[in-house]
Amino acid sequence: MDLLQFARGPTLTWAFAIFAFGMTWRLVGILLLKRRPDYSEPRNATSWPGAIKLIISRSWPHREFIQRTAFGQTLGYIFHIGLVIVVFGFAPHILVFKGLTGLDWPNLPNAIIYASGAITLGALIVVLGRRLIHPVLRLLSNFDDYFSWFVTFAPVATGMLAVAHLGARYETLLAIHILSVALLLVWFPFGKLMHAALVFVSRGSTGALFERKGASI
Amino acid sequence: MNEPDTLGASLARTGISRRSFLKFCTAMASLMALPPSAAYAMADALNRAQRQSVIWLSFQECTGCVESLTRSFDPTLEQLIFEMISLDYQETLQAASGEAAESAREQAMKASYGKYLLIVDGSIPTKDGGVYSTVAGVSNHDLLVEAARGAAAIVAVGTCSSFGGIPHANPNPTGAVSVADLIRDKPIMNVPGCPPIPSVIAGVLAYFVTYGKLPELDHLGRPKVFFADTIHDRCYRRPFYEQGKFAKTFDDEGARNGWCLYELGCKGPTTYNACATIKWNGGVSFPIESGHGCLGCSEPDFWDKGSFYKPLAVPLADNTPTITAAALGGAAVGTVAAVISRTHQTHIGEEK
Repeated sequence: MDLLQFARGPTLTWAFAIFAFGMTWRLVGILLLKRRPDYSEPRNATSWPGAIKLIISRSWPHREFIQRTAFGQTLGYIFHIGLVIVVFGFAPHILVFKGLTGLDWPNLPNAIIYASGAITLGALIVVLGRRLIHPVLRLLSNFDDYFSWFVTFAPVATGMLAVAHLGARYETLLAIHILSVALLLVWFPFGKLMHAALVFVSRGSTGALFERKGASI
Repeated sequence: MNEPDTLGASLARTGISRRSFLKFCTAMASLMALPPSAAYAMADALNRAQRQSVIWLSFQECTGCVESLTRSFDPTLEQLIFEMISLDYQETLQAASGEAAESAREQAMKASYGKYLLIVDGSIPTKDGGVYSTVAGVSNHDLLVEAARGAAAIVAVGTCSSFGGIPHANPNPTGAVSVADLIRDKPIMNVPGCPPIPSVIAGVLAYFVTYGKLPELDHLGRPKVFFADTIHDRCYRRPFYEQGKFAKTFDDEGARNGWCLYELGCKGPTTYNACATIKWNGGVSFPIESGHGCLGCSEPDFWDKGSFYKPLAVPLADNTPTITAAALGGAAVGTVAAVISRTHQTHIGEEK
């Protein structure tokens, strides 16, 4: 068994299994937690519009803090959108999703994927640099932050190296790329990357609570 | 067996002009990415060279390699390669049979001991004393060891002799191995492919006769001049890959328009060979041009690397049952964790 077979075979099987186990464990565990009883009189009959409103409003810089947060939020948007384009727009990636779920959608030309990948890498490097330079951010950061950054950066970087055939033979680079994706999948449910699944749940819960209490969103 | 003879004299007798000969040498030099001056050096060396004694042993194989070579050479100038060499033993091509054939091999080995080129096609069975393939009652293993002893170099033609090939595929019932698995003390060049490209054989033989050594090899013992690039790198369908245009089935509009066959399982990105540049049948076509994805036949264990029709990016196994089981397990553990947490929350509430 060569490295590529090892990556495409047992490594991905185990990574998918750990990902699925971890995701359902954490999501079910959180969603089934007991809610605190709210004895107050509800100000609005339905609370879900508040959930949607808060999800949207918290995804945009607050006017009062825009000068301080615009740079970080812009960077965040850049690499998140870049990741979405690369992960869901590249034909070989779509084949993986199709194999797992049966779902299929049109792919993007490789030039767009390569450009998005390069921009994403650049943005991720700036994000790391900012975290290291900014005194408050550095103080707040722990292993989870840096390792989550690494497992996000590695698949993009190795994927770009693979398509560019830089540093090693293609099959080796492809194997390393798949191994880095496996590492991402294994870490995903247990680190801060889980925000991808929980961010809208937490914002929605807060928004629904605000709506019920009649708070402005 | 042929008498020692210079190649120039042999060519003159068969009516090959110097112009045709130079054209052949130029083509060979160009094929191997040698500088233009190498064509003249090659012509000069070949002209003065004695015909290289070659002994060709066939083991566990389908004769596809020999079929490919013989059919594709005729009637091109590459057929000359058989004029350059003295093919002293080849079971399929020789007229002699039985004891006369074996005697010819033994005489050739004795006459050119330490100088002959040994070509091998087919893998070598090692299980149960090698009984699964024998020639004149002698196992392939013993034949190879005996012939290798007096060889100047060994060329393993085809994937079976290079890497074990299909006989080596799981579960490998005959214990098939490659030439390099058994012979360690001779220069060995692998020319894999199922079958290999005839021009590649012609090129490396011309190189050996000219320079008296094997060309530069890659980490798998393949001549770099022919195996440095992937099929994908040189494929005429590559622009469609970059444009994101893929054939979805073998007969859809994309396939008819020559779009990339990646989604149909083409192994071109991980296969190193010269099919896309030299092509087959005198440069007419190659498998991808004929509408089928590359099988990766010049790579080790190509038969055991998953389905030929599964894209390279896709996991080898069907992971759906594993993922479902893991998700159910995760949900169960999550539910237990939530129940414990709820019980704990209730206790805290009661204490307050």
